[in-house]
Amino acid sequence: MIYFDNSATTKVDPAVLDTYNQVSERIWGNPSSLHRFGEEAFNLLNQSRKQIADLLGVQPNEIFFTSGGTEGDNWVLKGTAIEKRKFGKHIITTAVEHPAIHETCEQLKKLGYDVTYLPVDKEGRISIEDLKNAIRKDTILVSIMAVNNEIGTIQPIKEAAEVLKDYPNVHYHIDAVQGIGKGIGELIMNDRVDFITFSGHKFHAPRGIGFIYKRAGKKIAPLMTGGGQEHNLRSGTENLPAIAAMAKAVRILLTNEQAKAQKQADIKSTIYNHIKDFDKVTIFSKNQANFAPHILCFSILGVRGETIVHAFEDHDIYISTTSACSSKDHVPSATLTAMQEPTELCTSAVRVSLDANNTIEEAEEFNRVFDQLYQKFSKLS
Amino acid sequence: MNEIYLDNAATTPIAAEVLADMNDKFKNVFGNASTLYGLGRQSHTILEDSRHLIAQSINADDNEIVFTSGGSESDNTAILQTAESRQSLGKHIITTAIEHEAVLKPLQYLEAKGFKVTYLPVDENGNIALQDLKDALDDETILVTIMSGNNEVGSRMPIHEIGELLKNHQAWFHTDAVQAYGLLDIDVKADHIDMLSTSAHKINGPKMMGFLYRQKNISFPSFIKGGDQEMKRRAGTENVPGISGFATAVSLIDADAKKQRQAKYYHFKEMIVNGLQENGVNFAVNGQIAPDNLNHVLNLWIKGISTYVLQTNLDLAGIAVSGGSACTAGSISPSHVLVAMFGKQSPRIGESIRVSFGTYTTETEINTFIDEITKIIKRLSKNN
Repeated sequence: MIYFDNSATTKVDPAVLDTYNQVSERIWGNPSSLHRFGEEAFNLLNQSRKQIADLLGVQPNEIFFTSGGTEGDNWVLKGTAIEKRKFGKHIITTAVEHPAIHETCEQLKKLGYDVTYLPVDKEGRISIEDLKNAIRKDTILVSIMAVNNEIGTIQPIKEAAEVLKDYPNVHYHIDAVQGIGKGIGELIMNDRVDFITFSGHKFHAPRGIGFIYKRAGKKIAPLMTGGGQEHNLRSGTENLPAIAAMAKAVRILLTNEQAKAQKQADIKSTIYNHIKDFDKVTIFSKNQANFAPHILCFSILGVRGETIVHAFEDHDIYISTTSACSSKDHVPSATLTAMQEPTELCTSAVRVSLDANNTIEEAEEFNRVFDQLYQKFSKLS
Repeated sequence: MNEIYLDNAATTPIAAEVLADMNDKFKNVFGNASTLYGLGRQSHTILEDSRHLIAQSINADDNEIVFTSGGSESDNTAILQTAESRQSLGKHIITTAIEHEAVLKPLQYLEAKGFKVTYLPVDENGNIALQDLKDALDDETILVTIMSGNNEVGSRMPIHEIGELLKNHQAWFHTDAVQAYGLLDIDVKADHIDMLSTSAHKINGPKMMGFLYRQKNISFPSFIKGGDQEMKRRAGTENVPGISGFATAVSLIDADAKKQRQAKYYHFKEMIVNGLQENGVNFAVNGQIAPDNLNHVLNLWIKGISTYVLQTNLDLAGIAVSGGSACTAGSISPSHVLVAMFGKQSPRIGESIRVSFGTYTTETEINTFIDEITKIIKRLSKNN
C-alpha cells in the first residue's frame, strides 16, 4: 500500500500509540482531582505541555489543548470576536482558508461582523499590498493559513507579521494545521503571531486532539465553558493519554525536521518532474520554495478527480480529491476556484500529500501507475 | 500500598476491551472517514456501526446522534445553539441550581447577553419540585435544561414527568445525562427528550469523547464550524478510534449490567453507612439513599472534620475520594450543590466528601475504605 493522503489524516505512530496505551492504563485520573490519581495526571499534563512548548520555543502557559484543528480555528475566531467586539467587528482572512475558518467567518458575518476575504493570485497566494489596504481602524483579527491544504501554497505569513507590527492590537492568527513539521517553523513561530492552530492527527498523534498557541497576555473568550480547565479557557476533562501521545508525536515530528522536509520535497520533485510533460496534465503546486514540500495538486484534463482517485486505489495507492472535508460533496476545489482556474480543472484536481515516512521508491511506483492510467484515460477521452 | 479509587464520578479507568478495540482501529483503520477511497469507507462503516449501537442504547434513531469532544461540548452546544437559534421565540431558560458547570457557565454567559435564566431550587435531598417548574414555565421559555442525575449527591430528576410536561410546550428539553448514562435506562422517545449529553470517559470509555442526542426535528447551526462531518452538525475529522471505543464501552453495559451495577453500588452505600454507624462515626449522608437514585455517588458529611484535611489523609492512606466535583479544576471552592441543598452557612459545605463507585470497585475495597476512614476520623477527632 502506498499512502499519499497524509494531509487528510495520518496513521498513529507505533511509539505514540505506545504512550497512549501506557497513559490510558496507568495514569487515567482526572487532572483536576486533588488526590494522587489526579496529581499524577496533573503532573503529566504539565510535563506534556512543557515538552510541546520547549519544542516550539514558547512558554508552557502559551499552550492550550483542544479537540483538534477545527475547534482551535473556531475558538480563536469566535473567541476574538467576542473578546474584542467593543473595539471593532472587522476580520481579515483569505479566500483559500480551510472550511474551519471559512465557515466560522460566514457565521460571524451573520452575527454582524464584517469579513474581508483577501483574493489570491495564480499560485494561490495573497498579496501583502492587499493585506495592507484591507486593514481598517475596526480590524480586530487577521487570520492566514501557513500552508494551503489543497495545493500547498505557503502564504507570506512572515511578511504579514511585519505589516502587523504597526497594528499591535490586531490579533494575528495562523492556521498551521498543514504547516507544522514541514521545514517552515521559523515562518510560523514568528515574533508577531498571537495565535496558532495545530491538529494532532495530521502528524501521527491520535484523532480528536490538538492545541493552540496563545501569546501570553493576548486575550480571547473561551469557546467551551464549564469546569474551567486550561486556565478557564477550555473546559472539559483533559484527554491525557492523547495529550501525552501528541507531545511525543511533536517531538518525533520536529526531530531532523529540515532533512525530512527535504526528503518530502525530493519525493514531490520525483512525481512533479515525471508528470509535468504530459499534455493533459496541469500542476497547480509549483516545485519551488514558496510551496510546501508535501503537497502536489494536479489535474488530468477531462478526467474527474474521483475517477483518478479510484483508479489509483485499484493499484493500492491512496490519494484524494483536493480536501477530505468536502470530497464527498463533489464540489469543485475552493482554492482552485479562488485562483480562477477553469471549472473543468477545478473538478478534476487531485492531491498527493506526503509525509516523512514516504519514499522515493513509492514515488517511482506512483509514476509507473500514472503512466498506465494516463494511457487508459487518453483512450477514453 | 494498594490504591483504592473511589472517584469514579470524576473519571473512570478505560476498559481493557475498549483500549484493545481502539488499538485495532489505530493500527488497521486509519483512513479519514470523509475520503472517497476504501480506507475511508472502512472508517465510515465503523463510524456508522458505532452510531447505530449508541443510538439504540437510548432508543434514538441513528441520525439523531452527533459525536462531540465530550460532555462539556455537548452541553455548551445544546444550550448556546438553542439560545442563538430560538431567541426570536423568547429569551427565557429554565434549569436547576445543581447543574454541572458545563451547563451553568454557558447559561451565565447567556444571562450577560440578556437572557433570563430561572434556577429551580432543590430540597435537602437534592430534588426539585415539579410544581416549581410548572410555575416557572411561560410563553418566553425556549429551553429547559435539567440534569438526569446529580454528579455530587446522586439525586434523580423527574425526567419522564418533565418530558410529559414539555411535550406540548415550545421549550426544548435538554438533559445532561453524563452521570446517568450507563447506569439508568434512558428512552428519549418515551421521555420526550429533545437533547441529551453524554461523556465516554465516565463509563470506562476514552477521554474527550461524547455525543449529543438531537431529536430529529431539532435544528440549529453547528457549534463547531468547518467541514461537513456529522451531517454538517459537528465539524472536525471524526475520531474513529475514539468513537469505536465509546461504542465498545456502551456494548459492555446492557440492561442487566445497569441493574446489577445499580444494585451493587446501592449495596456499597449501605455497607458504608452501616459500617460508619457501627464504628461510631459522627456523620450524615448529604442527600438521600434511595434505590432509584444514582447509586454510584455517595456524599458524606463527616461532622467536625474539614473536607481538605480528610481528603488529604485518605489520599495518604491510598484512597482517592473527591471534595465535590472534580471539574471545578483543582479548586476547593464550596460546592454549589451543597449550598443549594443546605444554604451557605451550613457546616456541611466545608466538611463533606464524595465517594463514587465504578465498574471495578470491589467489596474488599469498600471494607478497607470503612476501616481506614474510621481510623483517620478517630485520629483527627482526638487531635481536636
